[in-house]
Amino acid sequence: MKILVCVSNVPDTTTKITFTDNNTQFNTNGVQFILNPYDEIALSRAIELTDGGKGSVTVINVGEVNTEATIRKALAIGATDAVRINAKPHDAWYVAYQIAQYVKANPFDLILTGRESIDYNGSKVAGMLGELLDIPSVSIIKKLDADDSSATVEREIEGGKEALTIPFPFVAGTAEGVAEPKIPNMRGIMSARTKPLTVVEPVEAKTFSEVLSYETPAPRGQVKLVPADDTARLVELLHTEARVI
Amino acid sequence: MSVLIYAENAGGKFKKSVFEAVTYARAIANQNNTSLVAISIGDVDAAELAALGKYGAEKVLNVSGEKLKNFVNQAYASIIAEAAKKHSADIVVLSNTFSGRGLAPRLGVKLEAGVADGAVALPQQDGGKFTVKKTAFSGKAFAVVELTSANKVIALVPNSYKVTETGETAQVEDFTAETKDSDFKAMIKEIVRSTDKVSLPDAEIVVSAGRGLKGPENWGMVEELASLLGAATACSKPVSDAGWRPHSEHVGQTGIAVSPNLYIAIGISGAIQHLAGISSSKVIVVINKDPEAPFFKVADYGIVGDAFDVVPKLIAAVKEYKASA
Ligand SMILES: Cc1cc2nc3c(=O)[nH]c(=O)nc-3n(C[C@H](O)[C@H](O)[C@H](O)COP(=O)(O)OP(=O)(O)OC[C@H]3O[C@@H](n4cnc5c(N)ncnc54)[C@H](O)[C@@H]3O)c2cc1C
Repeated sequence: MKILVCVSNVPDTTTKITFTDNNTQFNTNGVQFILNPYDEIALSRAIELTDGGKGSVTVINVGEVNTEATIRKALAIGATDAVRINAKPHDAWYVAYQIAQYVKANPFDLILTGRESIDYNGSKVAGMLGELLDIPSVSIIKKLDADDSSATVEREIEGGKEALTIPFPFVAGTAEGVAEPKIPNMRGIMSARTKPLTVVEPVEAKTFSEVLSYETPAPRGQVKLVPADDTARLVELLHTEARVI
Repeated sequence: MSVLIYAENAGGKFKKSVFEAVTYARAIANQNNTSLVAISIGDVDAAELAALGKYGAEKVLNVSGEKLKNFVNQAYASIIAEAAKKHSADIVVLSNTFSGRGLAPRLGVKLEAGVADGAVALPQQDGGKFTVKKTAFSGKAFAVVELTSANKVIALVPNSYKVTETGETAQVEDFTAETKDSDFKAMIKEIVRSTDKVSLPDAEIVVSAGRGLKGPENWGMVEELASLLGAATACSKPVSDAGWRPHSEHVGQTGIAVSPNLYIAIGISGAIQHLAGISSSKVIVVINKDPEAPFFKVADYGIVGDAFDVVPKLIAAVKEYKASA
């Protein structure tokens, strides 16, 4: 089983988000970049599925050279090899298009992405890849089991869940529940340095969207404290003042 | 030119998030002086379909058939794209739900359209630029995104646009579209619906609890409060990691992002990753025994107290309020 895991390089989850240049640029100053947490889950499941010589796991990232630390982390966790498409990830379409071109030349049985990246939260790459490759895509996968030719997945739907069987190849966007994120051990970290990381130049691609500016949510007012023994007061406030019940 | 709205049904009925999306799509059609067509796929009866007219849909395309009873994003995307082409729709609107998120990117490719997922406001169309405000950084910020393509796909976050009734009933017509066998490769084996529960992503009220509740055996009061309020239940990440609650209830940066009218957080500290997914809630109530809990900094109302003491009292107060209402 040949698995491709698409990984993105995102600001650490504890990052306080600020902007510069009149709110047109994300302020990367002092921000640590990490492997997107959902991608870590996808990668961990891919490694479990191929454990004991049952296949290989390639990670792929569309990014400039500064993402290599994140790619090495993925290799340290246990990926077999890595590909970096040397370009700024302009938008989801651009990223999906680059990966699709690579996959057309280098087919995989299963392509995994995280359900979304925690920076732009688009959850678009999986579906776009599916469409560009004309294969199924399923998103928000909570469970993933595979044999040699197909997989059984469980995905979230509004108010419930759904079990599906899907023949290879297909794309899945994974969420929590699929696997416990693996922590790299010393051997992994050492071997990551020598595992193959191929750099591929991007192909010409269109872009369909562009971030013009950012906003931060309006600050909330002071909290109104209600005594613990006066829950009736809270209910009244929610009814008459906040008008939410 | 026209606007097409995909009205997703849940068991043959439309939910409020669909009415929001239709109202929103109507406003976009008005901005562009054009018509609004809705499309529904699956088994929905004629009266329910026609009722989309109330929110401004002029026409409703009805697509049904045995194979389309359940959501298959590949097939549904093919049908919606074909409807968009037949009705010269250059803007397609859908709800930013689980299925909406499965469809939007496929539609984006089929229509060569820029996709604004997570939209929270009407597009601005000034000076030839089409921009949409969307959530980013898991709710820690918003991004104003320009869609530079001729066709556009917009997925609207539930609870972010007010439903208004402007129209009457819509004209319903059957629509058929070509689907390929390969659109149905993903075979649904089983669907488990928890019908008695309010779905989290579009819930108007969410009652959420964290590690402060000590164990899964203490969730009865959380469920009781939620059911009294018609709310969905949610939890913090360590709670689902520990298996006290299902992962589908975990909200936050790495869980589900919610934007209810009311979010009640019980025994949750308010870590930055948790706040990320809930900060667009309109009103936040926090119950925590630690007055220094960071959650109080973002709350509108708070009770400093022990959940095991406060929540039963709150349940009693809600019951009393409901009895007198
Ligand atoms: C990569 C990453 C991603 C993450 N993503 C998420 C995410 O998406 N969502 C998320 O929630 N977390 C996330 N976290 C975890 C987050 O950092 C916090 O650990 C988590 O939110 C804490 O959950 P908690 O508040 O339930 O538990 P705790 O931190 O243990 O806090 C419990 C709170 O309950 C209060 N309490 C205790 N007993 C009582 C009582 N009897 N009555 C009232 N109050 C009481 C305490 O005062 C405390 O404030 C993430 C972490 C990482 C590293």
